[in-house]
Amino acid sequence: MAVLTYRDALNAALREEMARDDRVFLMGEEVAEYDGAYKVSRGLLKEFGPLRVVDTPIAELGFAGIGVGAAMVGLRPIIEFMTWNFALLAIDQVVNSAAKMRYMSGGQVGCPIVFRGPGGSALQLSSQHSQAFESWYAHIPGLKVVAPGTPADAKGLLKSAIRDDDPIVFLEGEMLYNVKGEVPEGEHLVPIGKADVKRSGTDVTLVCHSKTVTVALRAADQLAEEGISAEVVDLRTIRPLDTETVLNSVGRTHRCVVVEEGWAFAGVGAQVVDEIQQHAFDELDAPVLRVTAADVPMPYNKHLERAAKADPAKVVAAVKRVLYLPG
Amino acid sequence: MAGARAPTRVKVAPPTADPGASAEQCRSYLRQMRLIRHFEEKAGESYSLGKIGGFCHLYIGQEAVAVGSIAALRGDDYITTSYRDHGHALARGLSARAVMAELYGKATGCSHGKGGSMHLFDASLGFLGGHGIVGGHIPLTAGMAFAAKYRKTDQVAVCYFGEAAVNIGSFHETLNMAALWKLPAIFVVENNGYGMGTALARASSLLDLAHRAYSYEMAEEVVDGQDVFAVRGAMDRAVERARTESLPTLLEMRTYRYVGHSMSDAAHGTYRSKEEVEEYRQRDPIKLLQAHMRTAGMIDDAGIASLDAEVVAEVEDAVTFAEESPDPAPEELWTDVLAGGR
Amino acid sequence: MASKVLMEALSPTMEEGRLVEWKKNEGDPVRPGDVIAEVETDKAVMELVARAEGVLLKQLVPAGSTVAVTKLVGVIGQPGEDISALLGGAPAPKATNAPTAPLPRGPAASAPLPPSPPAPPPTASGGRTKASPLARKVARERGLDLGAVAGSGPEGRIVLRDLDKSATAPAATGTAPATAAGSYQDVPLSQIRKTIARRLAQSIGPVPTFYLTTEVDMDRTWEAREALNQAGQRGSGAETKISFNDIVMKATAAALKAHPACNAWWQDDRIRYWNEVHLSVAVAVEDGLITPVVRHADRKSLREISAEVKELAGRARERRLKPEEYTGGTFSISNLGMFDIDQFTAIINPPEAGILAVGSIVEQAVVKQGAVVPGRRLRLTMSCDHRVIDGATGAAFLRTLKGMLENPLAIVY
Repeated sequence: MAVLTYRDALNAALREEMARDDRVFLMGEEVAEYDGAYKVSRGLLKEFGPLRVVDTPIAELGFAGIGVGAAMVGLRPIIEFMTWNFALLAIDQVVNSAAKMRYMSGGQVGCPIVFRGPGGSALQLSSQHSQAFESWYAHIPGLKVVAPGTPADAKGLLKSAIRDDDPIVFLEGEMLYNVKGEVPEGEHLVPIGKADVKRSGTDVTLVCHSKTVTVALRAADQLAEEGISAEVVDLRTIRPLDTETVLNSVGRTHRCVVVEEGWAFAGVGAQVVDEIQQHAFDELDAPVLRVTAADVPMPYNKHLERAAKADPAKVVAAVKRVLYLPG
Repeated sequence: MAGARAPTRVKVAPPTADPGASAEQCRSYLRQMRLIRHFEEKAGESYSLGKIGGFCHLYIGQEAVAVGSIAALRGDDYITTSYRDHGHALARGLSARAVMAELYGKATGCSHGKGGSMHLFDASLGFLGGHGIVGGHIPLTAGMAFAAKYRKTDQVAVCYFGEAAVNIGSFHETLNMAALWKLPAIFVVENNGYGMGTALARASSLLDLAHRAYSYEMAEEVVDGQDVFAVRGAMDRAVERARTESLPTLLEMRTYRYVGHSMSDAAHGTYRSKEEVEEYRQRDPIKLLQAHMRTAGMIDDAGIASLDAEVVAEVEDAVTFAEESPDPAPEELWTDVLAGGR
Repeated sequence: MASKVLMEALSPTMEEGRLVEWKKNEGDPVRPGDVIAEVETDKAVMELVARAEGVLLKQLVPAGSTVAVTKLVGVIGQPGEDISALLGGAPAPKATNAPTAPLPRGPAASAPLPPSPPAPPPTASGGRTKASPLARKVARERGLDLGAVAGSGPEGRIVLRDLDKSATAPAATGTAPATAAGSYQDVPLSQIRKTIARRLAQSIGPVPTFYLTTEVDMDRTWEAREALNQAGQRGSGAETKISFNDIVMKATAAALKAHPACNAWWQDDRIRYWNEVHLSVAVAVEDGLITPVVRHADRKSLREISAEVKELAGRARERRLKPEEYTGGTFSISNLGMFDIDQFTAIINPPEAGILAVGSIVEQAVVKQGAVVPGRRLRLTMSCDHRVIDGATGAAFLRTLKGMLENPLAIVY
């Protein structure tokens, strides 16, 4: 078992998959000579050459579409967006081309492509560079949306995504790249569409993904000091959602708090709550609560930004409400 | 100030006998153009009878562009086009049956009833759609060219779009990268003068559209799109450049559509005058070819009539096939969303 | 997939049960609904049924043990299945988990319960009972009446913990009474004694009780009863001998309809006035007493009341009553007349607001129209919860009751 940063885990995944299948190539801004804006692709140009690690001009729509076209005829592109904020420029290609290609061609033309990059907030990057986009893409049939929260999951899921024949939106996080964690040696694949119970518990289920996994685990530690046992379910994949694992957990704990980085309205948590209220109604001893970003564009000031984000204290407070406890 | 500017006039000469254009080749062009013409007229009729729903964009008047250019391609080359795709599909070799059934939304349609008029596909013929977002498919074609280069084949990828698409972002981004990376792609602008109801002069700061290629250091040519031989010649040159030098080309085909933008649009009376339409009808590509073939002794009236009858029968057969074909089964709602089934 | 067999709350107030007898042996096949064991609760002997399919892999407690509610008593699964995980071992944490210490179940171990927020008074349309879906489900499963439960959640919402009074029940204790030769014997409390002690001590403590006594002339009722019973014998031949208690019950039910202020429950933050009359009747059983309920007593005939009381009492003595048969009463009657007790004061059954103590009918010297003549007199003593019933209210009720018993036709007026 090695200890790797999330960044290095992704790098290993890219390296291994590009070595394994020569149809795989990486394309994006600064991915080659700069070794990647966030150094995720460090060393890949040297190892695989400029035909397979391709620097692009600043033209998200154009190079995303080039990736889709290449995938349509059998290559397996990885398109890197420097951040998912910029991918809005390319969203027509992700949604109207990649997601719908198989369906509108009557099953003739697929699109085995991975769009990846960091999403969500970092530190004081302000409103245009801090948005979480998982719910935008999770809305679309024809796409898969993956958001790993640990180095092991990052490696395993990126490898699975590259081997998957469907278009995949792969959401990383600038604040995650330096996080260290244990990563299994050898061929480590994590299945797409399976959540993971990161911590077992009996009193409440905390559903989380990506950066909120750490938030939930910290909250669980604090709750444990007060005698409350929280179960932490890391979704890992947003679409398709592993409702079975979530419902199984809520069926045992009877209470749930969803912790997410995005805004509340039509966010990922809204879908989780809907699944629970439909299928586990009689198991609920309290309504399902959500801890989300504040419903405002992200401010620059450090304290305002902190107040706008989900944090362990907010999770603890929500847990106490669903347990009908004071404080 | 629409009247103040005008594109440089293309020298329009009567079609000359092309050494490569044998009687057989000419007959093939004629048959294809007549098939497309008749098919489109029938599609228009079916649409008016409610048999075809949604959008229906007809190619009437532009037949020479699809026919002349696709004839220059190989079986393993890639084609994408906009939503005005019936002509290109038929020119590429999709059967009239498969296309008409798709317009009717039937399970036997080339996209199994899931795409409709705007999304005709036949992967086995390298015909990769049929796309509904203006300019959305331009980068896709560059991606296919990229793949050809990546795999070191000498395939080329061709992209057809209307002249209004040269103003959209994806056009610029794609042409820049195609030239920068030297991709074997051919970008064919079918300039029929109007983006829906907007004349070119009201939409574009540069009217000689082919000159946009200068921004990208890309080869370009302006072509009389009503002349099937001119189209063929230009395409041959572009294909050669792509296959042997792996360089892209921008071709501006000057053409005209005799009907409205789509079935919801009048042929004239709103943004085009009847006189203007009539004037352009003098340069009907089918009439031009027929005139040439008659002059060259390649065909006579009886020949034309018999060709016509063949084409009419083929289209009638396609309509009957479409009418009698079944709708997709209800379960098909859920298929082909993802690779592994649902 | 093996499943646990837990000691369940087979009565609303049960906190622990004594597993009297296993009905299935280890290795026996089991289907959902099969009786696995008989359990003595605080009220009766009940059946513990299987909730899973398979084989009874393990009996984890011997017959005779007392086990707290929610504790593990057995395991059902497939033969040969590994059930070590169910027997107390926690599942192995994944490599990336933070290690977790085993923690007590539920917050009741540490945090005190908050006072329930003031609930809105029941509206004219009839206050709806608010309960979480889980609480409703569990109440259904346990046969509990949600109307009898106070909710501690927002706006009076009943939540699971409100049903689940036990969180830290004591471990199983020895059950055989200690028999020591000598000057005294210690007898461990049976379930029923524990319950009586707890509930009625609760009643005497916080309930401000006052007592009203009245003496009733039973001459007319005495004659009416004689006539009725003789007629009954000549009739169908069925054993429908009406007792005085039956008559008192019927009259009480009618009087309660006329005085709904006495037909009520104290609910901490409100009073529930019942539109129905369900009479709890105290029945002496071997070890103590239990109060089966005659529902809708006001609508039943004397014959029906009589038959029902006999039947319920019989099953009560055999400890075969179901929870819904001894809960939900709106007023209680206790009769010690058969023990020659002239008069006594009974203890109110919370959450009811009143109880009537009935003594024996005594033939004594009475004054009628100035002369001293023999007469049959009955003393009734009503205990009232002053939070619900005031002196005048209780007195009015008693006067009506007395009037009915002295003029029996008034009962059916």
